[in-house]
Amino acid sequence: MPTLRVNRETREVGVPRTRPLLWALRENVGLTGTKFGCGIGQCGACTVLVDGRPMRSCQLTVGDAEGAEITTIEGLSADGSHAVQRAWVEEQVPQCGYCQSGQILSAVALLAGNARPTDDDIDTAMSGNICRCGTYGAIRRAIHRAAEAGMRPAFATDDADGGGDQ
Amino acid sequence: MSAAETRPDGAAVNDGAAVEGDAKKGGLSRRTFVKVGAVAGAGLTLGVGWRLTRGPGLPPTDAAFAPDAFLRIDTDGSVTVMVGKSEMGQGVATALPQLVAEELDVPWDRISYAFAPAHPAYGQFGVQATGGSTSVKDSWLPLREAGAKARWMLREAAARRWGVPAAELTTKDATVVAPSGERLGYGELAAEAALLDVPDEVPLKDPSEFTLIGASLPRLDVPEKTTGRAVFGIDAGPPDARVAMVARCPVFGGRVRSFDASAALRVPGVSEVVEIGSGVAVVADGYVSASEGRAALVIDWDEGPGAALDDAEIFRRFEAAAPDGRSVADEGDAEAVLAGGAALVRAVYRLPYLAHATMEPMSCTAWVRDGRCTVWAATQFQNAPGLAGGGARQVAADAAGVDPDDTEVITTFLGGGFGRRAERDFVREAAELAGKVEGPVKVIWSREDDTQHDFYRPASYHELSGTLAADGKPEAWLHRIATQSIAEHLVPGWVPGFATNMLGRRDPTSTEGASNQPYHVPNVRVTYAKVDLPVPVGFWRSVGHTHTAFVVESFIDELAHAAGTDPYAYRRALLEHHPRHVRVLDAVAELAKWTTPAPEGRARGIAIAESFGSYVAEVAEVSVENGRPRVHRVWCAIDCGVVLNPAIVRAQMESGIVYGLTAALYGEINIRGGRAVQSNFHDYPMLRMNESPRVEVALVPSGDAPGGVGEPGTPPIVPAVTNALFALTGQRIRDLPIRLT
Repeated sequence: MPTLRVNRETREVGVPRTRPLLWALRENVGLTGTKFGCGIGQCGACTVLVDGRPMRSCQLTVGDAEGAEITTIEGLSADGSHAVQRAWVEEQVPQCGYCQSGQILSAVALLAGNARPTDDDIDTAMSGNICRCGTYGAIRRAIHRAAEAGMRPAFATDDADGGGDQ
Repeated sequence: MSAAETRPDGAAVNDGAAVEGDAKKGGLSRRTFVKVGAVAGAGLTLGVGWRLTRGPGLPPTDAAFAPDAFLRIDTDGSVTVMVGKSEMGQGVATALPQLVAEELDVPWDRISYAFAPAHPAYGQFGVQATGGSTSVKDSWLPLREAGAKARWMLREAAARRWGVPAAELTTKDATVVAPSGERLGYGELAAEAALLDVPDEVPLKDPSEFTLIGASLPRLDVPEKTTGRAVFGIDAGPPDARVAMVARCPVFGGRVRSFDASAALRVPGVSEVVEIGSGVAVVADGYVSASEGRAALVIDWDEGPGAALDDAEIFRRFEAAAPDGRSVADEGDAEAVLAGGAALVRAVYRLPYLAHATMEPMSCTAWVRDGRCTVWAATQFQNAPGLAGGGARQVAADAAGVDPDDTEVITTFLGGGFGRRAERDFVREAAELAGKVEGPVKVIWSREDDTQHDFYRPASYHELSGTLAADGKPEAWLHRIATQSIAEHLVPGWVPGFATNMLGRRDPTSTEGASNQPYHVPNVRVTYAKVDLPVPVGFWRSVGHTHTAFVVESFIDELAHAAGTDPYAYRRALLEHHPRHVRVLDAVAELAKWTTPAPEGRARGIAIAESFGSYVAEVAEVSVENGRPRVHRVWCAIDCGVVLNPAIVRAQMESGIVYGLTAALYGEINIRGGRAVQSNFHDYPMLRMNESPRVEVALVPSGDAPGGVGEPGTPPIVPAVTNALFALTGQRIRDLPIRLT
């Protein structure tokens, strides 16, 4: 049975290794914060962090993800306290909210590699995530705010729980 | 009576054994469950209309004080506003509680909300729907009255407890305050207040007393939308629900002739294949199995008469029909003036079908057992007994073969709506299927299903002719519209405000914004030719204005050019009897510094549209990069009457602008072989962050009644961009999406 490391926990998933990671996360692991948008890697709603890198979980198989540390929106923090999540609240980013798990994880990955991104850096890093509500301006502001607040490296949560980060 | 509460995951919590969320996020402490109130048919705690009956036997732990359908106050002091509108990003789950909190004198961090069940109490004439940018407009007085009446009752309860006249008591921070300074919390008074009669009329606050209305209060739904906890349609329902996908005839109007399910049934995980009205459903243990099973179906489709339809044929029919349209506006004698042959400007505009492309594709979960049906849906249209084929509740009941009184609709968050979720097709499918199989079933649409089986913004064709008087002002204006009617498939009466208009001649869903174009022209004629086609059409963010604003605002720009006049000044001179138009036009011109030249290589365009009770003017600044238009900046001024939550208004303007820009730059559903050509974001692209402009919004102060904000940001942006491109390149864009030559 394939085994995944999701949000610092080891989870056995009873599905074929060829199954897209997205649906294994949603239907087998029970984490529905990762969203289905297009199924072809075009919209970014299903973005998760795989060893810290933003990946489209609809384009990865369970087999691809075995052995990697997967972080979904639920694993970013237990209580919404991650600097990027806080910035999202402070800037009131979400409208319908459906794309925001993916947006937040893409932003986390951007800031992990670039502590002070410019607008152009943000545009480049975030252009794989579609938002139909047009929250792009608010997302830009929130990323700058999170950068100013000093997001900790990688995708570590605020508490030092030891596992998982790069 | 047996009330039940249902958590977003579908687990029922009986008899008010309330599950309190632990969430304390972003400074907002609130419940995380969605309280759906009593199950239909079990003796609702909700009444009807404004004199609401408080149902007998209301469980004391469930809403000790529930004076009406909109408000629940518990003995623990929690205040829950029942939101009867659908939250699709436009902010109703914040705006409606904001109205109640103002009059009730409850601090913002003490307010919770829950989505209401499908029930006639939540809409005018029993129609519970979210559309037409009407939520705040329609709730402005009723929800303030709900708060004010509850406050009055709580104060009265305190007066009786203390034995003093109520007039001596004030309210503050969810407490009643005596002149001595003694206080009683609303929770402490809830049970006593519940024994009082609901007053017929109580005074509302004077706007000068507002502390919450007019404030950019934080949205109540934001924290859970940053943690993955928000429950959307695709997330809802019992965790053990099977997943189904439906094979639908790719040709509009087609039907299943026969099918062979044997290969599909051999796909691991597939449990059943069932024919339903919309096609063939494959039921499986998950999305992937259902999808693979569906791919293995062998179906012989009866494609019907529409199988040869394509864009060329559609526009041939529009063009042929246009001269024979019925008049929807007639002043002076436009045709005679045009025949006189003075300086004539003519133009033909063509707009394509558009899909809604909500981020969340359609889905619906349904469960039929013991003669009852439960539906979990991201729907914009919960309830409409006897109207428009019914809301989700009536449609689900019909499809499942149960009584509407035994049908419960649980509304989730909507992953975008834009009018798509006003349709009930996805609810019907799930309920019909659930009536035919055991256990709960979740029908999920792929993005391809969603794109190819939408109710599209109709394609349209517009012939414009105008003449100018000697002073350059328009003397005659003839606008012939040919398009499909959106209204017709919902008539009579989707939103009651529409009903009377729809039944009349004008069909505002096709002609609004054109039949009442605001410019002063002595001779105006607007005609509408309704063309029937098998392509399904529906409400798309700003409805008729999606095409009429583009056409009217392009043509007035053409006339301004012909007159050799600045397009802002030209419009302004023709709007002298429309002060609200002029105010937003001036405001946007000032914000954009219209009179100062655009930076090198860029140009600006301007446009204005009144829609849904609000007035919006926009300026776009564009350049051309590698042969493609690029929109750098957009300035927007809105007069939406009294502003309830300025931050939400600004966000909705930006949202509407991005939505319209996607249509301007990319949006096009082509019809070939009677079906939609585009299928997913690779061939139906969306505006992305790297293409999105910097947007500045000015709110123009206004004491007028509240207008809508969800839609009005969209109509002006397309012509603002195309007018800017004309200023830059000399190319007049008359066909959408924009293609530069």
